[in-house]
Amino acid sequence: MKKWLIATGVLAVLAGAGAKVLLWPADDLGPPAAASSLGREQLIARGAYLAKAGDCMACHTTRGGVQYAGGRALQTPFGTIVSPNITPDRDTGIGSWTAADFWRALHNGKSKDGRLLYPAFPYPNYTKVRREDSDALHAYFQSLPPHRQANAPHALRFPYNQQVALAAWRALYFRPAVYQNDGAQSVEWNRGAYLVQGLGHCSACHSSRTTLGGSEEGLSGGLIPVLGWYAPSLTSNAEAGLGDWDTAQIVELLHTGVSPRATVFGPMAEVVRQSLQHLERADVQAMAVYLKSLPDTAPPARPAPRDTSETATRQLARGARLYETHCASCHQADGKGVPPGYPPLAGNRALLTVSPVNAIRIVLNGGFAPGTAGNPRPYGMPPFGPVLDDSEVAAVVSHLRASWGNDAPAVSALEVNKYRSVPLE
Amino acid sequence: MRQQFSRLIILLAGTASALATAAAVPDTLEQRIKACTACHAPKERHDAFFPRIAGKPAGYLYNQLLNFRDGRRQYPMMTYMVEHLPDAYLHEIAEYFSQQHPTPPPAQASAAGAATLARGRQLVLQGDASQKIPACIGCHGQQLAGVAPAIPGLLGLPRDYINAQFGAWKNGVRRAHAPDCMALIAQRLSDADVGAISSWLGTQVADAGARPAAGIALPLPLHCGSVPGSTAQVAP
Repeated sequence: MKKWLIATGVLAVLAGAGAKVLLWPADDLGPPAAASSLGREQLIARGAYLAKAGDCMACHTTRGGVQYAGGRALQTPFGTIVSPNITPDRDTGIGSWTAADFWRALHNGKSKDGRLLYPAFPYPNYTKVRREDSDALHAYFQSLPPHRQANAPHALRFPYNQQVALAAWRALYFRPAVYQNDGAQSVEWNRGAYLVQGLGHCSACHSSRTTLGGSEEGLSGGLIPVLGWYAPSLTSNAEAGLGDWDTAQIVELLHTGVSPRATVFGPMAEVVRQSLQHLERADVQAMAVYLKSLPDTAPPARPAPRDTSETATRQLARGARLYETHCASCHQADGKGVPPGYPPLAGNRALLTVSPVNAIRIVLNGGFAPGTAGNPRPYGMPPFGPVLDDSEVAAVVSHLRASWGNDAPAVSALEVNKYRSVPLE
Repeated sequence: MRQQFSRLIILLAGTASALATAAAVPDTLEQRIKACTACHAPKERHDAFFPRIAGKPAGYLYNQLLNFRDGRRQYPMMTYMVEHLPDAYLHEIAEYFSQQHPTPPPAQASAAGAATLARGRQLVLQGDASQKIPACIGCHGQQLAGVAPAIPGLLGLPRDYINAQFGAWKNGVRRAHAPDCMALIAQRLSDADVGAISSWLGTQVADAGARPAAGIALPLPLHCGSVPGSTAQVAP
């Protein structure tokens, strides 16, 4: 009996140790820190640039708030996560963090005190960042004016508020590893891949997530939880894959927000305004080259049989009339638009995704392309939500999806109605 | 004959659409900001959600655009519209609307009694010293047409809009640059007085030729963070 108890005890300890190794693996140290060849001012400037590339401000600053003082509440399917203060205040910010502490957060997803961080901080991407870039970012944040503002606690539901749940999530979805150059590719391609996969954290939106919030890294598109926008696949030429785009036009879109083929909107407008427009053209070009090279992984599109019922035909005819009245003066009767002010709708893939959410929301809310150095006075589109009812919006969107060679299924008034109540900010 | 007629129609329709395609979209600010004028239309809707912005001083309009962008005013559609627009563009847009002077809207019928309207008139023209409430005209101009560059006119605004703004100041949902004079005044006003002011203002029609005053009789009754140099203009 006693022996049995001892055996059980030993087994439990072993299982515990095993679980600890599995769930709390030791940090990946990465390459040793090396003294930077940059002077302090240059290092800070480098860090400021990289902070733009990582769009750190998007999460770590509230609307109208002090830059990088945190406090922005991010709604997730698991509850609310509040971004922390990353100004160098010693008590409430990261003033006491060394470059090694900062690297640990970026590369291993752990706070200075060893707590596991939530991947709303996209460390599955940031882990790819090189040590010298991490050190530059650290130098930049330490150079900011310290701002005293205590961090608000997250409001996550059980069990997501438990560190052990986070440990399990990491065991499933997170492997710390710096980006490794692909020797078969050009320097430019590798630079693009480094930015897209790392600081750019494109996959944080442009990939689908498992029910546990694991991102599948593949840039194959996904509905952004809570925000209610669809981030299209970057590996499907039927969505936002760039295989058949001219590289110069990709650069134009990412750098200015507009291009002859498309205009950015929704969360991507924020990315262009706050991050991409500030990058050097060569870096945007590198990202474009990398994105364009991604193989088209989508299965060949099966042409959807057109619904030829009387109801469907009547809806399309109604949509065509509404288009004439409300849309054609800008987007033109032939759907070719007047780019870059008014993007073409014929062949515009943003309208044709399986999920029609983006097309519906643009018609409901309109909006401006982001104001950028390359497009400082953007054209705007009126919101049609106050003017058209759900069935009218459905008719217009169905018409857009089925005209000028576009071939995507109709949408219903019910689908439109779902997006009337989605928060706009 | 009928067939010929329909051919003619088709031909004409074709020409019309070709012309429509050929017509370039004008490169004007009016064209660029159709997203704004869809609601803030020259022909005003005159309800609480789309206040008259035409003819208000550019500095005031610019401050409001920044307030929406930076979260000091809460109206999700406005925030959504302006959040990705640069300062210089917002300035240009504010300037544009400040120069528009459409016909002033008609008076709003008021069901408020004579006593309420009299109280409203008194507060607007004289204020109430016992409650430390300055007269509206003390800042907003003798004609209530506003004062350049940053104090708005008050006529032509829907009653519901004025009520909603006072509510927002009282709740701290609408803010301006500190010191926020209107928030202070709103705290001192009872709900009944807010109703009296908005009712009386609604019954007044602006003079079609009224423009924001170039300046105002000093001193201003309160410090206002949105008014450049107000600190130097306030009575000690």
